[in-house]
Amino acid sequence: MNKLSLIHARDGLKKRKFSSVELVKSCLDQIVKHDKKIHAFLHINSEALSQAQKADVTLPLGGIPVAVKDNFLTIGMPTTASSKVLDEYLPHYESTVTQKLIEAGAIILGKTNMDAWAHGSSTETSDYGSTKNPWNTDYLPGGSSGGSAAAIAADMCTAAIGSETAGSIRQPAAWCGATGFKPTYGRVSRYGVIAMASSTDSPGPITKTVEDAALLTQIIAGHDPFDATTSPLPVPTYSISMHLRAKHLRIGIPKEYLDVMQPEAKKLVLEAVNKLTELGHKVEETSLIHPKYSIGVYTIVQRSEVSSNLARYDGIRYGRDRTYFGDEAKRRIMLGTYALSSGYYDQYYSKAQKLRTLIIQDFHSAFHKYDLLIDPASPGPALKVGATANEPMFGEMQDVLVEPSSIAGLTGVSIPCGFISGLPISFGLIGTQFSESLVLQIANQFQLATNWHLQKPNI
Amino acid sequence: MTSWQPVIGFEVHIELATNSKMFCGCPADHFGKPPNTQTCPVCLGLPGALPVPNAKAIEWCIKLGLALGCQINLTSKFDRKNYFYPDLPKGYQISQYDQPFCHHGELLGHKITRVHLEEDTGKLLHQAGKTLIDFNRSGVPLVEVVTEPDFESVQDSDVFLKELQSIIRTLKISAADMEKGSMRLEANISVRPTNSADLPNYKVEIKNVNSFRFIKKAIEFEITRQSRLLESGVNPKQETRGFSETKGETVGQRSKEAAHDYRYFPEPDIPPIQFTTEQIETWRSQLPKLPSRIRQDLLNLGLSENYVKIIAADEKMFNEFMKKPSKANADSIVNKRPSKSESSFPSSEDTRSVAERVIAANPKAIADIKAGKIQVMGFLLGQIKKELGNIDVPLTQKLINVIIASC
Ligand SMILES: [Zn+2]
Repeated sequence: MNKLSLIHARDGLKKRKFSSVELVKSCLDQIVKHDKKIHAFLHINSEALSQAQKADVTLPLGGIPVAVKDNFLTIGMPTTASSKVLDEYLPHYESTVTQKLIEAGAIILGKTNMDAWAHGSSTETSDYGSTKNPWNTDYLPGGSSGGSAAAIAADMCTAAIGSETAGSIRQPAAWCGATGFKPTYGRVSRYGVIAMASSTDSPGPITKTVEDAALLTQIIAGHDPFDATTSPLPVPTYSISMHLRAKHLRIGIPKEYLDVMQPEAKKLVLEAVNKLTELGHKVEETSLIHPKYSIGVYTIVQRSEVSSNLARYDGIRYGRDRTYFGDEAKRRIMLGTYALSSGYYDQYYSKAQKLRTLIIQDFHSAFHKYDLLIDPASPGPALKVGATANEPMFGEMQDVLVEPSSIAGLTGVSIPCGFISGLPISFGLIGTQFSESLVLQIANQFQLATNWHLQKPNI
Repeated sequence: MTSWQPVIGFEVHIELATNSKMFCGCPADHFGKPPNTQTCPVCLGLPGALPVPNAKAIEWCIKLGLALGCQINLTSKFDRKNYFYPDLPKGYQISQYDQPFCHHGELLGHKITRVHLEEDTGKLLHQAGKTLIDFNRSGVPLVEVVTEPDFESVQDSDVFLKELQSIIRTLKISAADMEKGSMRLEANISVRPTNSADLPNYKVEIKNVNSFRFIKKAIEFEITRQSRLLESGVNPKQETRGFSETKGETVGQRSKEAAHDYRYFPEPDIPPIQFTTEQIETWRSQLPKLPSRIRQDLLNLGLSENYVKIIAADEKMFNEFMKKPSKANADSIVNKRPSKSESSFPSSEDTRSVAERVIAANPKAIADIKAGKIQVMGFLLGQIKKELGNIDVPLTQKLINVIIASC
């Protein structure tokens, strides 16, 4: 039962084939059996079963167990963002995303591990120990939403929520063989999400299928009076709009992106591209600003925002004092502080924003020619545990392919398209802002024609 | 001998009287409320909380700018001013840096550099060796009016500041009450030879002065102090000074080792704000008749300057006069004035200042009262009465106790 996709689990609950209690229990059993090894969860909701008993299965997510990344504030459950600065911190209010999940009838199963403060792409910077990849526990799950991606791959929950600043949904989904969907910046509220880089943070789903991602997104998206950066545009019913049969789309493959890929992974991505051609789409090579330039832009903007966003954790009103910050957070605070200092602002922050504008314009002109672009979430498969040691730019190098689209606030998906030595490989699609429906449609067409996303690890 | 000329500029902070705070839904009226009863995740800087700007506060800031003859930036934004202080819960203040809502205005011949919007901080309360923080004031909308350093006399400064207060009250955007802190003055003062046109290479900042009378005194004191230093060949130090009400002097505050680097950058949680010319013109058309216009109208109606001053300063009197704008009506309104009971006492600000003088002149009285000889209170009250006439006895007594306790 815990293996079911969200759509199937919902169907089973509605038809009373099984109860929410049984579904939640099967997930909890899986966690008890395997999470010592995987370490996807930091906290399990002790009320999950009693909430399942009262579940109203007529609601859109009635009785569905959802795992939530530990940077979403949840009343009654500790929220730490995997940092000991917030050890055992109990929030006073509920994040908009989890509030919407609860109102839709979902059961928050627990809080998942992540890189501390979302700083990283491996979960190795978590102060509570890293998560392991369910496909091979010698390997990393990716990050920062590594706990959510591993929980999906290991069938410990029916659906999961992550957040992406640059790759933090799509890259761990890719490494764990899950479906990761990053909505447009401003499509989903950031209220109650512990901020990493405010100008790019985007909450989104990590699921077993594209259909599941569509359903979850349509519930968590929308304008929020508590987040001034959310869009007032109405939210389409993605679970319907994704089934529209778009044909003959023009899809571009930026050659600069393929150049960054490892040869074997690139081969699998090109096979996926062939599949899209078979499905009736016109795919052709194109050229974009090389993604390596995004590393500099992203690093400066993100570190600057981090240095300011973490200033509130002074230990005066809540949390522990600053000595509990880990090395990675300290490095980022120092670099961001430096980049914003007088005399350096023009050289770094201001220049980065100018380059950011150029990257956005570059995408604008690309989307004049193409409906979608191919954008793999990672240059290759998962890396081994310990790979981040002495690699302060590890995340930026792993996320090089998704940083440009994050900087530009675009929407994108990452879906499995093969395996290398038993580790999943994914390819991705990105669309212009608020083109979620189109991205989901094509990704769904691909999943209907392939079964890579149905493979399960042998844990 | 060189004669000296002061160079003075102002930064005035005004707390807006909006219903809610600048970036959250908490009440903005914090005066006298029990500590930390008007707070929420946003103004406490809890994890994950985000600011949503108060549209009314933006409108009022721009209306003040328009009343001060400013140009309005059609594209504006908020910025983060980063610094650490326990009363600043986010570790940064949301303010405006290089694109303030209003700029380049003029009032009574003095140039207004800018008028921008920001948020107030919490308040530190020092009690029994401990420091407590009250966040009721955290996030209250604060307008900052910055002038050019183009004031050359204390008299000019005084007239300007009172006119600014009067405009704010006419717009009904703030009580602009200095004792309650809804209007706060900071003066930058330096001194140069009378025949020089260059700005001096230093300036002294006077902070935390809570009355017109004291800012006047502080400026006068500074002009004398700095002129004497310059005459003796010493360049005054660039520093921040406070004003001691009891001594009537400015006092150096602990100087910061280095200039602050606030690491300003655009607030990513709030998108840039755009206005149309139509929007600005609508707001301009909604401005009430400003004090200068009211005075001109009264003069045109044939009132004497003295009557104009009295009637223009009081909305009630002005309205009453306008019902029947005749000389006879003006006579009757102005002559009725002293019968109003609340205006028969001098202001508590004036009372306090006289009380301080009387106490300072009678050091023995301090020792006596501290020793429990309360009959001395009567003597002090008598002395104060001699200067001020009719006084509010309970209030004056309270002030005397406060002043003596701090001696
Ligand atoms: Zn508040």
